[in-house]
Amino acid sequence: MLVASLLVASFLIFAAMYAAPGNPLAALSGGRSLSPEAQAALEQRYHLDQPFFKQYWYWLSGAVHGDLGISITLKQDVSSLIAQRAWITMSLVLYASILIVLIGVGLGIVAGLKSGWLDTSILVVSSFCAAIPAFVAAIVLALVFAVTLGWFPTMGTGEGFFGNLRALTLPAISLAISAIAIVARVTRAAIREEAGKEHVQTAVSRGIPRHFVITRHVLRNASIPITTVTGITIASLIAGSAVVEQAFGLNGLGQWLVRAAASKDLAVVQGISLLLVIAFVVVNVVVDILYAVLDPRVTLGQRAS
Amino acid sequence: MTATTIETQPQPAGAGSPLLEVDSLALQLPVDGEYRPILRGVSFTLAAGEALGLVGESGSGKSMTVRAIDRILPPRARLEGTIRFDGQTVADLSGAALKKYRGEVAMVFQDPRAHINPVRRVGDFMTEVLRTNLGVKPKAAAERAVEMLARVGIPDGARRLDQYPHELSGGLLQRVMIASALLTEPRLLLADEPTTALDVTTQAEIMAILDDLRRDFQLAVLFITHDLDLASAVCNRTAVMYAGEIVEVRQSSLLHTDPLHPYTSALGAARPDISESAHRLQAIAGRPLSALEAPPDACAFAARCQHHEDVCDSSHPDLVAIDGGLTRCVRADDLRGRLGVSHD
Amino acid sequence: MTAMVTTTAAQESPRRRGLRSRLGVSGAIAATIVAIASLVAVIGPWIAPHDPTIANLSQAWLAPSADHLLGQDVQGRDVLSRLLAGARSSMLGPLLVVVVCMVLGSSLAVISAWRRGFTDSAISSGLDILFAFPAILLAALSAVVFSPGLWAAVAALSVAYTPYVARVLRGAMLRERNQPYIAALEVQGSGATSICIRHLLPNVMPLMVAQATILFGYAVLDLAVISYLGLGVQPPNPDWGVMISENQSGILQHYPMPALAAGACIVAVVVAMNLLGERLLERSNASGR
Repeated sequence: MLVASLLVASFLIFAAMYAAPGNPLAALSGGRSLSPEAQAALEQRYHLDQPFFKQYWYWLSGAVHGDLGISITLKQDVSSLIAQRAWITMSLVLYASILIVLIGVGLGIVAGLKSGWLDTSILVVSSFCAAIPAFVAAIVLALVFAVTLGWFPTMGTGEGFFGNLRALTLPAISLAISAIAIVARVTRAAIREEAGKEHVQTAVSRGIPRHFVITRHVLRNASIPITTVTGITIASLIAGSAVVEQAFGLNGLGQWLVRAAASKDLAVVQGISLLLVIAFVVVNVVVDILYAVLDPRVTLGQRAS
Repeated sequence: MTATTIETQPQPAGAGSPLLEVDSLALQLPVDGEYRPILRGVSFTLAAGEALGLVGESGSGKSMTVRAIDRILPPRARLEGTIRFDGQTVADLSGAALKKYRGEVAMVFQDPRAHINPVRRVGDFMTEVLRTNLGVKPKAAAERAVEMLARVGIPDGARRLDQYPHELSGGLLQRVMIASALLTEPRLLLADEPTTALDVTTQAEIMAILDDLRRDFQLAVLFITHDLDLASAVCNRTAVMYAGEIVEVRQSSLLHTDPLHPYTSALGAARPDISESAHRLQAIAGRPLSALEAPPDACAFAARCQHHEDVCDSSHPDLVAIDGGLTRCVRADDLRGRLGVSHD
Repeated sequence: MTAMVTTTAAQESPRRRGLRSRLGVSGAIAATIVAIASLVAVIGPWIAPHDPTIANLSQAWLAPSADHLLGQDVQGRDVLSRLLAGARSSMLGPLLVVVVCMVLGSSLAVISAWRRGFTDSAISSGLDILFAFPAILLAALSAVVFSPGLWAAVAALSVAYTPYVARVLRGAMLRERNQPYIAALEVQGSGATSICIRHLLPNVMPLMVAQATILFGYAVLDLAVISYLGLGVQPPNPDWGVMISENQSGILQHYPMPALAAGACIVAVVVAMNLLGERLLERSNASGR
């Protein structure tokens, strides 16, 4: 099933690029007029003389072996270019995910277990933050913390581990801020719902100490929806990183995908698209596995959506 | 709403001072931001080893009464009156004393599927109190759980402990719930409609198990049900609730043939009886009143009562002793002997 | 589509008077914001005090003044005029997305819910594959196929949202489909099409209206993102997303006003739309029971 959906997805990506207007030869030759022999040589090299399905097959088998073709704008191997840039996107998404889990789930737990001003203020702040799009967050954060206060760089990835960490802080916060708010709200709601369940009442009635009621019953059971929502939210960040990469001038995959699309660098668009889809599918599979591990009522592959 | 202390009724031998005393219990719960009365002056006692039935239609307040005793009322509930267990006021318990109380008073809920954590193993559920509160080692706790499962008719207990609740049938799960309730060696068992969610054959089995265990363990049982016959079958005495108050307390064996309150009589008539022809079966006219709707200075059942007279609307009746029972009916003396089920 | 719109209007009109009072203060504010934005989307270009596209580099980054209430942008253009003129693509683009998605999504949902069985699972697994394509990725693919512009972005978002709409509506329609009255109609010999149009669709209509409203909010945001990335509306055309990307350099030079103004417009419409949608959703849930 998994392989089948990836196959269909790869086919859709390839078909979209095939349908793109413009002669790929013109792009390859950079607009120079070619002799018929040179043209034929290029066609043969890139299998352009072959029928559609054969071309798809060549591309797919290449992709499986890590060969995604040549970028026409950078005149380099797409796979190695991706390898050079992937770490930026990956660290950005990882950084944002850590923020989401620590801050989003953390605040949600606090708000879910405590009532009163703390709960109310977390609720108010999170409903405001949930509405902040990444690029608006990027502008405001850059304005305040980079330009005005000068704590963080406005552009680039910095040098060394701590340089990277510092440079990626504002982008990661921009990327994560609405997700943090959403996860916090979902966490709070899940905990509230679970705390009101009858089986929690049973535990109280049997004299189980409060902290065990919370950890063994409320949090344990609420972890199921929390994990699912957090996982899906993180999966959606992968493509969303393009926005903050653009805003903070980071040379990641997202920004490159956008540039390649604008300059019709087909091999690059195909390669990155395939990678993003795979990443999305993989994160979803991980979520499904976690779901099945956490909930004994579920067997793998039947997440209720 | 006078609190009437109920005289001790015929009790099993060896019973001393009451184990549980409920005195003038009044409860209000917030509904849409407004406090609504749920219980109005509920009083009764339960001796050690005695079984008391608490019967009423849904909304009569019987479930909230046991929840008050078990201290699991919804948040922001307003409770007045006192509940004493073994001489101690339950509302004052805290810390170790409360933990001890929760061990001595066990509850069997109506819907075992909802009341047992669905993502933890049956064994975790059964042994949790032993391990957490009583310091029993996991292995010993599991052994005791298996023994107790055998007593409630589950022979392959060891295997069951490793299963999850969703792998067990409702009847099996209710046995698990009963077995777990008994593991802490309680003195009082609160059974809140323990068989309502089960199918009829399973119901009978569970009732038989409960009845056996009650005798074996010398348990006091407060048995909540809407089924008058079921209560009569297993309880020494039965209290009938209507609109948040007790309207009759009577020795169970007399409840059907010689009820004191018209409501009890009507409840009895509303039950199909296989030995009689079905045409006699009658529903009680009108719908059950909630405590909120009950008029403060009239009989709450008056509007549905076949024996209603003007006097019923002018004052709120007290619970009075008559013929070895208690009834909350101003016409109790008039109606004496006319309320039996044979009367129609 | 026209038929769908008229049904909605006919169904809603008796309740309209109570609508304002039921939305509450925040709902009323949200409705006002949406109304203003919609009005500006239509008349914006005509009420703009200055030409939104004529550049005057000598007046770049000028602070607000009586003549230019929100100041001037990176190319010296009037920020207010660009906001007003930009409302058109920023609001009408999402409208188009919503219309396309609702038509496609509800059609797929009706077919799934009605036929059930194999058709349903075939459509569901097809949609599952589309779920793996995030909006930004589809925007990139669409920009390559159609070349960047508003139409490419609208096409991308339509494809991105349709699976979501179809899934939500399918669930609701399936519940409705399994109601006994539908079986009764079938037994009486009513045709599938007539049952779908006269019973299934009208009964999920409140949910559809609520979903469309929420979707509109997301579409405003995602369309702005796509234009910001350079794959949607192309400069110098005025558009809120374009304005942010054009004027981002102003932030480094302490001229955040043009970018922030556009950002504020986007956030205001998105939040207002979401709030309205949530209210409608609550109501459709309440009426469903």
